[in-house]
Amino acid sequence: MSPRLRINPIACEAHGLCAELLPELIRLDDWGYPILDESEVPPDLLGLARRAVDACPTLALLLDEDRH
Amino acid sequence: MTFADAGHHGLPRLLAGLEPGGGAMSLAAHTRVHGPLPQVPAHQLIEEVERSGLRGRGGADFPTARKLRAVAERRRVGAVIVNGSETEPASAKDRLLLSRLPHLVLDGAVLAAGAVGARQVIVKVGSNAVDSVRVLEGAIAARERAPVSIAVVTGPEGYVAGEESAVVHYLNGGPELPTFVPPRPFERGYRGRPTLIQNPETLAQLALVARFGSHWYRELGTVADPGSALVTITGAVRAPGVYELAFGTAMSDLLAAAGGPSEPLQALLVGGYFGTWMEASRATSLRLAREDLRSVGCTLGSGVLIALGESACGLHESARVIAYLADQSAGQCGPCAYGLRAIADSVGALAGGVAHPRERDRVLRWTSEVRGRGACHHPDGAVRFVESALAVFDDDIDTHRRGRCRARPAGLPLGGPAVPGGRLR
Repeated sequence: MSPRLRINPIACEAHGLCAELLPELIRLDDWGYPILDESEVPPDLLGLARRAVDACPTLALLLDEDRH
Repeated sequence: MTFADAGHHGLPRLLAGLEPGGGAMSLAAHTRVHGPLPQVPAHQLIEEVERSGLRGRGGADFPTARKLRAVAERRRVGAVIVNGSETEPASAKDRLLLSRLPHLVLDGAVLAAGAVGARQVIVKVGSNAVDSVRVLEGAIAARERAPVSIAVVTGPEGYVAGEESAVVHYLNGGPELPTFVPPRPFERGYRGRPTLIQNPETLAQLALVARFGSHWYRELGTVADPGSALVTITGAVRAPGVYELAFGTAMSDLLAAAGGPSEPLQALLVGGYFGTWMEASRATSLRLAREDLRSVGCTLGSGVLIALGESACGLHESARVIAYLADQSAGQCGPCAYGLRAIADSVGALAGGVAHPRERDRVLRWTSEVRGRGACHHPDGAVRFVESALAVFDDDIDTHRRGRCRARPAGLPLGGPAVPGGRLR
């Protein structure tokens, strides 16, 4: 099963890098906070998703491998 | 397993033996009404609770047996926390239970502790609940040395302070703010140990199930929603208060229990401020049952029913409530902190008749975007409330734009108890 994106909303500070790096699955709301596509990450986007996770300055973006 | 022949059939159950206007029920009176604390083996109690169909009464409606089992299956269980925060401003049932029927709640907590293997019970109440603290401390002192220790802890008031991860966070020495889950309290809770956290009414119901069994419990209510519930009925009714009613009771009978409407009603708010507005004509035919409420996109929440009279303005009242809910955001999560504020400002503009013609659409976009994006469910409940307000009071938006609203304030309770001291009728 492919992992899903998840966010820790307490840690997120709306830097917005994730939406820059993965616009296919992440857009920003009117206040700059990410709105995630929470379905399984398509295999061809997994590499980009991992890059977005690594780039998050507050480690708020997560790739959930095992939870639902 | 056999159970005591139930002393009381029909209603009241939880509120049996309670005199209106009286004080807290003593241990002797409590034992006279309900019988002594039963000895029930852990697995049997959980099975009996499962057969009873009891669900959590704090608002989340989660099956109690599943919650018990999730903790009981773990090792080195910590505490049972009685979450008496009752931060829903319109709700008064938990305060009523804790300040008038402390032994019923404590019985349930001690039984639950036995069922999950906890050695400690902590009753958490808001710091304003002075009566409850005094009564609980007296009740704890009056009980024989329990197999578990029982302590009362007061904590900050505030809407999200009662959220279960916030309660655990606070008891662990942190601020009263929700935490990112998982881990949930049953995994890592008080002092890092698996923790059972339950609403006082849930535990009071459990104390009766342990005594009289699931068959007795199911004598009232419907198949899907057995038993009775404490409902705080307030707003435009003649006798606001906390009432115990069977599931399956028609909304019109709920209102009648509270003395009936004090004026013609336009809408009911079911489930408190995390709940849903319904047009009165539509609501009164529904029953107090999850299946009925779900069919109109609504839940019972923590058991609050607010009646709105024709003389009031639902749009104004809703604007006040959402402004309050926005203020009550813990401010930890951006979508909740900024989203609810923006939504509240827009609903305020709609109520004030000064909104942009497409403001309503913008609010609905925000409510759908904010949903599910907080660490806790505070934003979810708030946007559900707003969506129902915009649906039910849609016509009023136009009236307000034309400056033709002459309604009187209904004075829905905000930040203080709707029914002072948890008045019992």
